[in-house]
Amino acid sequence: MSDKTMTAQEVVSRLHSGMTLGIGGWGSRRKPMALVRALLRSDVTDVTIVSYGGPDVGMLAAAGRVRKLVTAFVTLDSIPLEPHYRAARERGAFALMEIDEAMFMWGLHAAANRLPFLPVRAGIGSDVMRVNPGLRTVTSPYDDGETFVAMPALRLDAALVHVNRADRQGNGQYLGPDPYFDDLFCAAADTAYVSCERIVDTAELTKEAAPQSLLIKRHTVTGVVEAPNGAHFTSCAPDYGRDEAFQKTYATTPWPQFAARFLGGDEQAYRSAVREGS
Amino acid sequence: MTEGTGTPLLPPTRAEYCVIACAEAWRDAGEILASPMGVIPSLGARLARLTFAPDLLLTDGEAMLVRPDGTVEGWLPYRQHLALVTGGRRHVMMGASQIDRFGNQNISCIGDWERPKRQLLGVRGAPVNTLNNPTSYWIPRHSRRVFVEKVDMVCGVGHDHAGGARYHRIPRVVSDLGVFDFATPDRTMRLASLHPGVTLEQVGEATAFALTVPDAVPPTREPTAEELRLIREVLDPQSTRAGEVGT
Repeated sequence: MSDKTMTAQEVVSRLHSGMTLGIGGWGSRRKPMALVRALLRSDVTDVTIVSYGGPDVGMLAAAGRVRKLVTAFVTLDSIPLEPHYRAARERGAFALMEIDEAMFMWGLHAAANRLPFLPVRAGIGSDVMRVNPGLRTVTSPYDDGETFVAMPALRLDAALVHVNRADRQGNGQYLGPDPYFDDLFCAAADTAYVSCERIVDTAELTKEAAPQSLLIKRHTVTGVVEAPNGAHFTSCAPDYGRDEAFQKTYATTPWPQFAARFLGGDEQAYRSAVREGS
Repeated sequence: MTEGTGTPLLPPTRAEYCVIACAEAWRDAGEILASPMGVIPSLGARLARLTFAPDLLLTDGEAMLVRPDGTVEGWLPYRQHLALVTGGRRHVMMGASQIDRFGNQNISCIGDWERPKRQLLGVRGAPVNTLNNPTSYWIPRHSRRVFVEKVDMVCGVGHDHAGGARYHRIPRVVSDLGVFDFATPDRTMRLASLHPGVTLEQVGEATAFALTVPDAVPPTREPTAEELRLIREVLDPQSTRAGEVGT
């Protein structure tokens, strides 16, 4: 069986400008931030981001890397409005496909199932249809005759997710209360990169946790990155909670200043800067 | 109205009338999930659960279904929550940055969507909520900026946009001034009750559209002594409710 371990930099070297990238987690929860930081150090740009948005979107938007965003919201959770995303939207910095949370989930399901669309009730009657003129409806062929949104598949060139544990082959495990949608992101993507807090032997995965915590299956995974604290400053329960103080620094510091102070060097430099800053 | 010590209870505050008005949204709801967003709706849902709606399901705000004492009784991660919404066995009370006379709600952005004057949260789950399960709204500061003639972006679907959708229902809107519903022939907003101390003029001045006002507007009902005890001593002894609406 192949050893899929690689560095965050190796992951990013496989990504190209113009790609459609799915980013796992939810809001400011278990985001693959070490991979996002590696992306920010690269010259990959002009990307389409598909994300239940948090600081991943805020940072990439602030850095001018986003051509188009597909999302239902962007939030820092404890700080409801993501300031960098917000500023980017208000200056019209990128195109937006704004859809409902459930439409987003069914779009990933459609992609994972190799279907062109799935019918969803959500969206009908709302301005989601007005701001996405490309969305089509589909009518039930059965007696009910109900009209649904034909939610198109959200097929991804690459998915980036972060979990608590993984083995070298790409079996990924979450240990917190919510899997979010990370398995779907991987299944909807041509290539998927899983960063984790710790790489362990396969047998370790089920030693202390139940097998249903094995969220991501290796056949959907291209690369595995060991990235301790790799979701920082978002939460990664039960390994750590959100770094609220640092998130506040992120939200209140002008972007060029934040980027210069925390993102100028590698991941090691980031960690030192965070330690010095708090 | 006295407690064991003989001390008279302080009269209900505005925040407490709001808690009661929110709780009433879940009366006789049966065995469904109550999804309150905001401090006052959360207190309302838990009050309903402890009194007249004992079969309600509640979450911890994350992935667990919990009983009022915090005992976990189930698991509801986001993916299952979204499936539960489409199953319809849920009544959500959302916030609104704007709401109009037909009950259209906006939490996405203010101004032109292409390049908004003020970017807000995004549509979130408002479209799926309003097409699938009863959706009520809580507005802590009733003003003309919120109660607008026309919302800038329809996130939650109102009656003029629903086209008779099968599961569309907006039972009530609760604000710091009163309770509102859509029990009018054209399904536009109607004043259902005024919180004690609020005048008709105040509501009229704070609403940017023509509201239907019945000849006799009842006051929002009084909390019982037991409800006041639960709110003050059990559910919210730190009085976080006062921070959301003032007094």
